Amino acid sequence: MKTYDAIVVGAGHNGLTTAAFLAKAGLDVVCVEKNDYIGGAAVSRNLYKDWWYSNCSYVCSLLRPEIYRALELHKHGLQVTPYGGSVTFMENGDYYGSYHDEEVAYREMARFSRHDADAYKSYSANTMRQCRFIRDFLLSTAPDPTSFKPRDIKELIRIGGKFMEMGEDRMYDTIRFWTMSVAEYLDEYFETDVIKAAFSGSGIIGTALGIHSPGTAYVLLHHYMGEVDGNVGSWGFARGGMGAVSKSIAGAFQAAGGELRTEAGVDKIIVKNGKTTGVALENGDEISAEVVVSAMDVKRTFLNCMDKNDLPASFHKRVENFKIRGSSGKVNIALDGLPTFPALPEGSSLYYSDMHFIDSMERMERAYDDWKAGTWSKDPYIDMVIPTTSDPTMAPPGKHFMSCFVQYCPHQVEGEPWTNEQRDAFGKSVIDQISNYSPDFRDLILHAEIRTPQDIEAEIGITEGNIFHGELTMDQLLFNRPVPGYAQYRSPVDGLYMCGSSTHPGGGVMAAPGANAAREILSDLKRPSTVPENFGDD
Amino acid sequence: MTDRYDAIVVGAGHNGLVCSALLAKAGKNVLVLEANEQVGGAAITREFADGYSVSACAHLLYQLQPEVRKELKLSPALSSKNMTTIALDVKGNHVRLKRDAVDGVSDEDAAGYKRFKKRMTRFADLLRKYLNKPPPRLGTRDLKDLVTLGQLGFDIRRLGKDEMQEFLRLIGMNIHDELDERFESPLLKGAVSLDAVLGTHLGPRSPNTIMTYLYRLAGDHGRVAAPQGGMGSVSDELAHAARSAGATIRTKMPVKRIVVENGRVTGVETEDGERFNSYTVISNADPKQTVINLVGTRHVETGFARRIHHLRSRGNAAKLHLALDGLPTIAGLAKKDFAERLVIAPDEHYVERAFNPAKYGESSPEPVVELTFPSFRDDSLAPTGKHVLSAVVQYAPYELKDGWSDAAKRAFKKTVIRTIAKYAPDIEQRITASELLTPADIEREFHISGGHWHHGELTLDQFLFVRPVSGAAQYRMPLDGLYLCGAGTHPGGGVSGAAGRNAARSILSREKAA
Amino acid sequence: MKSQPVHQGRLKTPFYSRLAALDTVNEWHQWKGYSSADSLYCEDTEYFAIRNATAVFDLTPMTKYRITGPDALDYLNRLVTRDMAKIRPGRVAYAVWCDDQGQVIDDGTIFHLREGEYRLCSQERHFAWLTAAALGFDVTITHETEDVAALAVQGPTSFSVLKNMGLKGLEDLKPFGLTHLDFQGVELMVSRTGFTADLGYELWIDPDKAEALWDALFEAGKLFGIRAIGTHALELARIEAGFLAAYMEFLPADETVRTGVSRSPLELGLDWLVDFKKPNFNGRRALAHEKRNGSTWRLVKLDIEGNKPAHHSYIFGNEKANKGQIGFVTSAAWSPVCKQNIALGTVRTPHGKPGDSVWIEIYYQREMHWHRKMAKATVVDKPFWFPPRRGATPPGPY
Repeated sequence: MKTYDAIVVGAGHNGLTTAAFLAKAGLDVVCVEKNDYIGGAAVSRNLYKDWWYSNCSYVCSLLRPEIYRALELHKHGLQVTPYGGSVTFMENGDYYGSYHDEEVAYREMARFSRHDADAYKSYSANTMRQCRFIRDFLLSTAPDPTSFKPRDIKELIRIGGKFMEMGEDRMYDTIRFWTMSVAEYLDEYFETDVIKAAFSGSGIIGTALGIHSPGTAYVLLHHYMGEVDGNVGSWGFARGGMGAVSKSIAGAFQAAGGELRTEAGVDKIIVKNGKTTGVALENGDEISAEVVVSAMDVKRTFLNCMDKNDLPASFHKRVENFKIRGSSGKVNIALDGLPTFPALPEGSSLYYSDMHFIDSMERMERAYDDWKAGTWSKDPYIDMVIPTTSDPTMAPPGKHFMSCFVQYCPHQVEGEPWTNEQRDAFGKSVIDQISNYSPDFRDLILHAEIRTPQDIEAEIGITEGNIFHGELTMDQLLFNRPVPGYAQYRSPVDGLYMCGSSTHPGGGVMAAPGANAAREILSDLKRPSTVPENFGDD
Repeated sequence: MTDRYDAIVVGAGHNGLVCSALLAKAGKNVLVLEANEQVGGAAITREFADGYSVSACAHLLYQLQPEVRKELKLSPALSSKNMTTIALDVKGNHVRLKRDAVDGVSDEDAAGYKRFKKRMTRFADLLRKYLNKPPPRLGTRDLKDLVTLGQLGFDIRRLGKDEMQEFLRLIGMNIHDELDERFESPLLKGAVSLDAVLGTHLGPRSPNTIMTYLYRLAGDHGRVAAPQGGMGSVSDELAHAARSAGATIRTKMPVKRIVVENGRVTGVETEDGERFNSYTVISNADPKQTVINLVGTRHVETGFARRIHHLRSRGNAAKLHLALDGLPTIAGLAKKDFAERLVIAPDEHYVERAFNPAKYGESSPEPVVELTFPSFRDDSLAPTGKHVLSAVVQYAPYELKDGWSDAAKRAFKKTVIRTIAKYAPDIEQRITASELLTPADIEREFHISGGHWHHGELTLDQFLFVRPVSGAAQYRMPLDGLYLCGAGTHPGGGVSGAAGRNAARSILSREKAA
Repeated sequence: MKSQPVHQGRLKTPFYSRLAALDTVNEWHQWKGYSSADSLYCEDTEYFAIRNATAVFDLTPMTKYRITGPDALDYLNRLVTRDMAKIRPGRVAYAVWCDDQGQVIDDGTIFHLREGEYRLCSQERHFAWLTAAALGFDVTITHETEDVAALAVQGPTSFSVLKNMGLKGLEDLKPFGLTHLDFQGVELMVSRTGFTADLGYELWIDPDKAEALWDALFEAGKLFGIRAIGTHALELARIEAGFLAAYMEFLPADETVRTGVSRSPLELGLDWLVDFKKPNFNGRRALAHEKRNGSTWRLVKLDIEGNKPAHHSYIFGNEKANKGQIGFVTSAAWSPVCKQNIALGTVRTPHGKPGDSVWIEIYYQREMHWHRKMAKATVVDKPFWFPPRRGATPPGPY
């Protein structure tokens, strides 16, 4: 039986990233995947005729350019095209559009409020300041404040220094920013409900929090700190769907000599004498290696794929307490044509933008109340895009693929598994909401895939189908992610590492956890790092 | 009057009194001006119906700081001390919480509660140390600030690696998750949730409700007491301390404005046009009231005024007072239990559901209630054989969507009484008089913006270094001669005296430095 | 309700038709959403219209706010650093306003139109800040950029042009004075202000009358060499005058991301605009502290040897580049009228006192090839161009 240098469990974008960097360092790496396709939640799936669905993640922004470049993803088929703007449809028939052009965006905002239009600049400057502060930590390992190791202390001092550099006033701003709710943060700048509603979406996407929950201002940042070609905060489509991201990383991995094995679900991570020796597959095969890296979420890794006795009890308890919550669903739709939105002027660039259908802060928050009560939002927050307006490869000519990310959608309904009727009702709430603004939409639907967190969990394996592999709340960020004392990609078991989104800096198709994990592993193996450093922000 | 005082304190709330007493003790010539007839601010006892008196706003003592007690030689008489919290159950299967013990739950829960409480108390003790000193400024080279920061870091580290990790994790967490992980008893979870959210615009699922819970424990290890004669007796004792130290306290002297001349504070002017001079004016009023109304935003800077303006201080807690011709019947409750603190929060979801409407400017259709019968062991509050019920009720948002009209008040009062009646079915027959104070009423009567008993929401973004607002957390406002000493400053509300004491100390130490 | 989409692309000012008719080079940029000409036919000719005849520049996109109400004066006095009580009706003040840290948000001109009625004119938009500053004041702030069309009429013959147009009483109008006149039955406001440090005026009128005003102006100016100009010519005159521009010499403090990149008025050489006798204005505490403890930066006017404009250059304290870098150039030009190589720059104190010598690292290109040169420069304290005719009242006929 062949022994590998390292086994990566799960061929999602983070697993593939770790695998690629390890393979580039000359390690003999195998990446095993339970499904018969790779990509995890970054996939393009052919679920209906000639349509390719980005059926989980659907837009690309956070993917770190350092990784893109280091793995030469363009050579492996990746191309990310920015798209512009967003629109929020209003119940009164109006809409608020956000445009790429700064002045047009200004004019649109001024249509609602001069004050808000003028406030936008200082809002974005202050938000960008927080972005700069945090972006620097994405491609670095979070220091452990309880540790006395020189590297932790050095990194803490570096962060402290960066913090001090901001000056007294801005240090306070930063403390406040990290602890306040997105609603309060926006209240400090804007007065118009629809503008606040439009901006607040980024504060809750992927979380089980409402816009009024403290800590959501940070989540907003998590969605802002991405970039496309240096344009911080802008979003793009991967040509061919999100599967192109995983495919290109897999390409880099294979080009470096790595081996991919699909339909190879891991049953157990084998531990002997406090050390991992490999994995046992569901089909009974065993693969051995001294290094096992799990790209699965932390709960699945330690609670499902390991023997409790192999782990310290306190660690096990903390993993149990780690919060991964199903809070979002997905409705993917094949369309016979482009739906019209009568509120929009004909030919408006907003047809190519992100669309939203909730126009007030109250509706945003009420959507959350439904989730807290254990059910899906009856008036959901939908982040809807039609990638085929700019990507011809995902659907036949003239036809379209629509991706609806829906918040909130619980993992179970009032504590019980979803029934088919409930799933349909959930899908209906989404389709109904869009239909309110697009009368021809319903008739254009050829096929719809309705995915609850439960479905996502069943298919991809993420606990509760949470896109971030764990809530982005303060108690689960930085040195607390996923578990205090184990925030540096290592686990209590020698040779066993974590590289999924449960680790710092968290979820989104960012690939930073995967890269950071690879750096730590290579450092333990005393190999030169293949992982790039931050480009730096100055 | 041309005499100049060493300091004028605006408002004789408990913090104002503590501050003036300490300044007077240090030999300062202090004048305290109070708008109302009584001293005490929100810590008073007043008659609300013929023969029936009650602590009109704050009704329980959680956190009167031992330092304050010691320095001012206070010994408030308590009618109940170390009260048990009884989480009411409709069927009478109540859960009783006292210190780290809990009755009426499974053995696992009882053991778990002991562990939980031990840890929380430890964290609260750490916090308490910092509640009793002015928060350090960040980014300065000032030795004192650096020492305090260093000490804070050291104290956190001293918890030990595991506990430090827990502390750093828990401080931003919500109480709901923590309780959910640990306990099964809904009543236990409900009662602890209520403690975490009482007086705030938060629900148990809101992050940082562990912090608000710790804040509550940071007084007297979470011990709860009821003062003999109502809260007013505490204030009276404080006023006595201040007067004996030489401070002058004048009531019915509402201050109209704090006078600013040539860019500095020079005194105050009362509604009657009387003028008092001092180069040090300490406001016990809330930050908004002080800066926006008393000083005027034009005398401070735009960014600062804007931050004060954005300070969140809309209250959610209403106060219900009932005059009863006898004690009501509550299933499963012994007579002596009426001396304790009763709470209606049957489970944590109930508390969260009560919170939901508050976000939209609606009052809770099923509110959470903290109720006491202060007259049970205190004859001074009601005629013999009769009783007073004093309850804190949540949520009753200050900015009710359609306003607190008489009809809205009546409706909410009915809702609260109906809620209580679920546990005390005969309560309605017992009522001879009643009074409901909404946050709007509290604002009017006690001159607190938003009727918020912390003078400003107690959340991490308005806590410690950034309370009340960034750049003004050390009691001294960015206007020469102006200080704050009320609950709006660090550490926050509750009848603790910490803010008043910290303010006095920081004024005195500045003087020493100068 | 179906709402009209906002205009996509560039807006046109009320003078656009006239500018477009004169335009031969089709070089435009956007200024606050409006199309604004870089140049209309020839930058050099346009520049010399400013210094030799009359140049007309469309400044409609300037941001304008009207400030009225009983507390208008108190409000402005708290907002800006100088004492506005001294600015009587009919006078204009150049002013600067700061955040709480005493860092400049913007500079602009404040027109005291009538008793208690002001217009604030700035390059950037500040409605949010102005509204925040109005908390506790009885004032009304109205954004009126689109409601007022404006032209700068600058140059030695500008007085003659306006006189020839039939505008009365301008001979008595002193620099920073304003007057309300009648133009074809509507009010025309004329102020003796400008961005060129030369004799010049600015005309403010209802947009409906904009084209008529333009036509009358050009008719009257025929004999006096009147010419429309674009931004490039004006920018050159601005540097000669030593005036500051937002995003060149300073960044609006409330839009900065990095710490330490904003500037205080003291650092911009605007000490004369900061009136510490006022008991309170925004930034006073911080500025008083800075005044006591010294500033970090100093804005300098540089007279540089040679003739290679010092665009984007580093400034050094000695001739050896690679060490001793003390600042950088913010605006640079070869001044045709002074025949001087001039620049504005920002250097760290204590460098940059008038009379100090500094060295500028200049990169210039000749036939595709790049060259580098260290040029000595002297810090000067007066504007490069400040002719007596600028202030002469009554102005000469020229």
